[in-house]
Amino acid sequence: MPAPIRLRELIRTIRTARTQAEEREMIQKECAAIRSSFREEDNTYRCRNVAKLLYMHMLGYPAHFGQLECLKLIASQKFTDKRIGYLGAMLLLDERQDVHLLMTNCIKNDLNHSTQYVQGLALCTLGCMGSSEMCRDLAGEVEKLLKTSNSYLRKKAALCAVHVIRKVPELMEMFLPATKNLLSEKNHGVLHTSVVLLTEMCERSPDMLSHFRKLVPQLVRILKNLIMSGYSPEHDVSGISDPFLQVRILRLLRILGKGDDDSSEAMNDILAQVATNTETSKNVGNAILYETVLTIMDIKSESGLRVLAINILGRFLLNNDKNIRYVALTSLLKTVQTDHNAVQRHRSTIVDCLKDLDVSIKRRAMELSFALVNGNNIRGMMKELLYFLDSCDPDFKADCASGIFLAAEKYAPSKRWHIDTIMRVLTTAGSYVRDDSVPNLIQLITNSVEMHAYTVQRLYKALLDDISQQPLVQVASWCIGEYGDLLVSGQCEEEEPIQVSEDEVLDVLEGLLVSNLSTPVTRGYSLTAIMKLSTRFSSLNRIKKVVSIYGSSIDVELQQRAVEYNALFKKYDHMRPALLERMPIMEKTATNGPSETVQTNGETDSTILDTKHLPSISQPASQVGFLKHGFSIQTCAHFRSNPNPNIAVITIHATNSTEADMTEFVFQAAVPKTFQLQLLSPSSNVVPAFNQGSVTQVIRVLNPQKQQLRMRIKLTYTHKGSPVQDLAEVNNFPPQSWQ
Amino acid sequence: MRFLLLFSRQGKLRLQKWFTALSDRDKKKIIRDVMQMVLVRPPKSCNFLQWRDLKIVYRRYASLYFCCGLEQGDNELITLELLHRYVELLDQYFGNVCELDIIFNFEKAYFILDEFIIGGEVQETSKASVAKSMEEADSLQETMEEYLNKPTY
Repeated sequence: MPAPIRLRELIRTIRTARTQAEEREMIQKECAAIRSSFREEDNTYRCRNVAKLLYMHMLGYPAHFGQLECLKLIASQKFTDKRIGYLGAMLLLDERQDVHLLMTNCIKNDLNHSTQYVQGLALCTLGCMGSSEMCRDLAGEVEKLLKTSNSYLRKKAALCAVHVIRKVPELMEMFLPATKNLLSEKNHGVLHTSVVLLTEMCERSPDMLSHFRKLVPQLVRILKNLIMSGYSPEHDVSGISDPFLQVRILRLLRILGKGDDDSSEAMNDILAQVATNTETSKNVGNAILYETVLTIMDIKSESGLRVLAINILGRFLLNNDKNIRYVALTSLLKTVQTDHNAVQRHRSTIVDCLKDLDVSIKRRAMELSFALVNGNNIRGMMKELLYFLDSCDPDFKADCASGIFLAAEKYAPSKRWHIDTIMRVLTTAGSYVRDDSVPNLIQLITNSVEMHAYTVQRLYKALLDDISQQPLVQVASWCIGEYGDLLVSGQCEEEEPIQVSEDEVLDVLEGLLVSNLSTPVTRGYSLTAIMKLSTRFSSLNRIKKVVSIYGSSIDVELQQRAVEYNALFKKYDHMRPALLERMPIMEKTATNGPSETVQTNGETDSTILDTKHLPSISQPASQVGFLKHGFSIQTCAHFRSNPNPNIAVITIHATNSTEADMTEFVFQAAVPKTFQLQLLSPSSNVVPAFNQGSVTQVIRVLNPQKQQLRMRIKLTYTHKGSPVQDLAEVNNFPPQSWQ
Repeated sequence: MRFLLLFSRQGKLRLQKWFTALSDRDKKKIIRDVMQMVLVRPPKSCNFLQWRDLKIVYRRYASLYFCCGLEQGDNELITLELLHRYVELLDQYFGNVCELDIIFNFEKAYFILDEFIIGGEVQETSKASVAKSMEEADSLQETMEEYLNKPTY
């Protein structure tokens, strides 16, 4: 039999194929030749054949029949065979194949081979694809090699150990003794892989973490030497000495310093040094700065250092390099919860990134913008975000719309603004809005009693323009059904009332029923809306007609509704007004509406749940209060001791029964226009835990018109390390306070 | 690092290195998805994108895309340096490397990679060291015929 064709010959031939079919034919022919060659147990050319098989595998063709051949190659004495055999094992064999266990013995022998390159092959293969069983069997060998003085093998053994630990975490203990003097190595390869090994162990075991904390000084020294040492050609990248090692050390320092004051202090200086001295003209310098910033933010660093870190990120935001800007936005997102104010300073730069051309940057900027929205900047931010919603890619619109709804709900400065914002979202991105937004919006609109006329008018006008966006249409139909009477009576306060007749309204709703653009759900909404108008409008006959037509609709849902409404007209007409009357104000449930996709930094936004908390029920006599999970504010109004009968003096007592102090506690209050408010200094700004004390503050309210006292209060404090903000209305002051 | 892929602008795979155990079908799907995502990116884009729970870092060198999937804790910027280092190592070995070198000597590309990275982590940060290891290992290869330094298969 002639010698099988050479690998490169085969590659050349296959590349000449002009069609997929031609290629497949060549491959099949060659595979057949290889198969018969394997059957003949040809040792000389096995290596060549397997190499060809690996090439064909990369093109996407099946190569499983070569698995056993790889094992034979690994067992061969020739280095060429072993090299290809191990490569084949890494490509074709994985822990899913039973065959792979047959490798274990070969690897064991090769780990003890006299040639370090053979040992290297074995370590590499084990470290890449070793299964748990293999790792268990061979861990001892790896551990032995971890203690060798041969740095070529030591570095490979370290990474192999990392893989073993990942696969079989219980074996971690076994490598502990060998780590003793890993960091005293001079060889950078060994140093780097040792740091990786230590990192892996510390990440997996708190005991290891405490044990290795004592290495912090040594790590700091190594890092210092890298920075201070002169030019070392072997490890230099653009003037920086071994950036890979620097980054890994910084990462290990982060893990060791987290939550530990002493370690954090020990690394303070070196972090400041790296942060200020690293050359930032090239990517490599910025890579080190990036890792440094992440470390500073995670450990217990002093505030000066933290500010330095945030400023570095701020500078990153202005960098020409897109990658740097992207990384800055990602990091700021991680830190926005803990260092909110510092990040706020960079808000305008972040908002500018919304206009960046790069998709990845835009997304990060959007997420970060939502995290930065607060009561102070809501108007400005919302303008930018709405502009962004208008012009962004469809992929963003759903998330952006949800984010806007959430932000609007939390921080809306006025009900009208809120409704306007919702309208804007529905009209610009109405078809991308999430389905669950519709019920949320309806609930919101219902509860904004004074805005009903304005809302229904705006929605009606929007419908006249465009009926293609289903969420908008659904919300609009619902509102018209509820508040259609306000619409035709022209009662709007907020803007110029429009003149519209009952017939025109019914035209629009009927138009929705017949339009091709309406989904079945939308049709359901409009039919119900039409029905509701039977108690609000006078054109009863028209409504009865529409309802009876749909009694024979093909759509089962519509048909059912129409039949039931028909019955309402016929047999249950006496119940109809009661059934179709105005919806009452709906209670908010504890679960949030739209899903939180914008808060991607993993922090649960506890402030949302908090602001949904209703103030407590009124308490008898002079005690009114605000109650939340273990936190209570009681107001005590003293009226009689005051010379001026128009001034009510209210003292608030804030107590905290949770297990953590509330620090930086700030109480703010706002009153309606006819009142004037004076807040005196609080007794302190820490509300101690476990009811161990309270904060008192005196409020003087001037009420010349003797109107009912209402107050909106805002509490900001830090609890368990996170800033919290609560808003509530207190309306149940006893009449003596203002009469 | 979870995986490293090299592919051409036409979507042909030139190298695949996986650092976690996955079925063939999963691998093929990942390759397809990642290639699709990366190949549509406009030329001046950011080199990072978020895909499922991974950070994808890619860079184009001539006609080849070098692309890897990182875990959340990994540093994207240093990974760019890593990819660049691998290209430098290939260049050093092949002398003015081009895609054809990698196509015809794919096994060498793997050998070089295996001297640079094990299990998704860098094992050697010195270019000279990797070059020396490759040279010595190559010299161990039992030669067959005409080519004395580079054995043929």
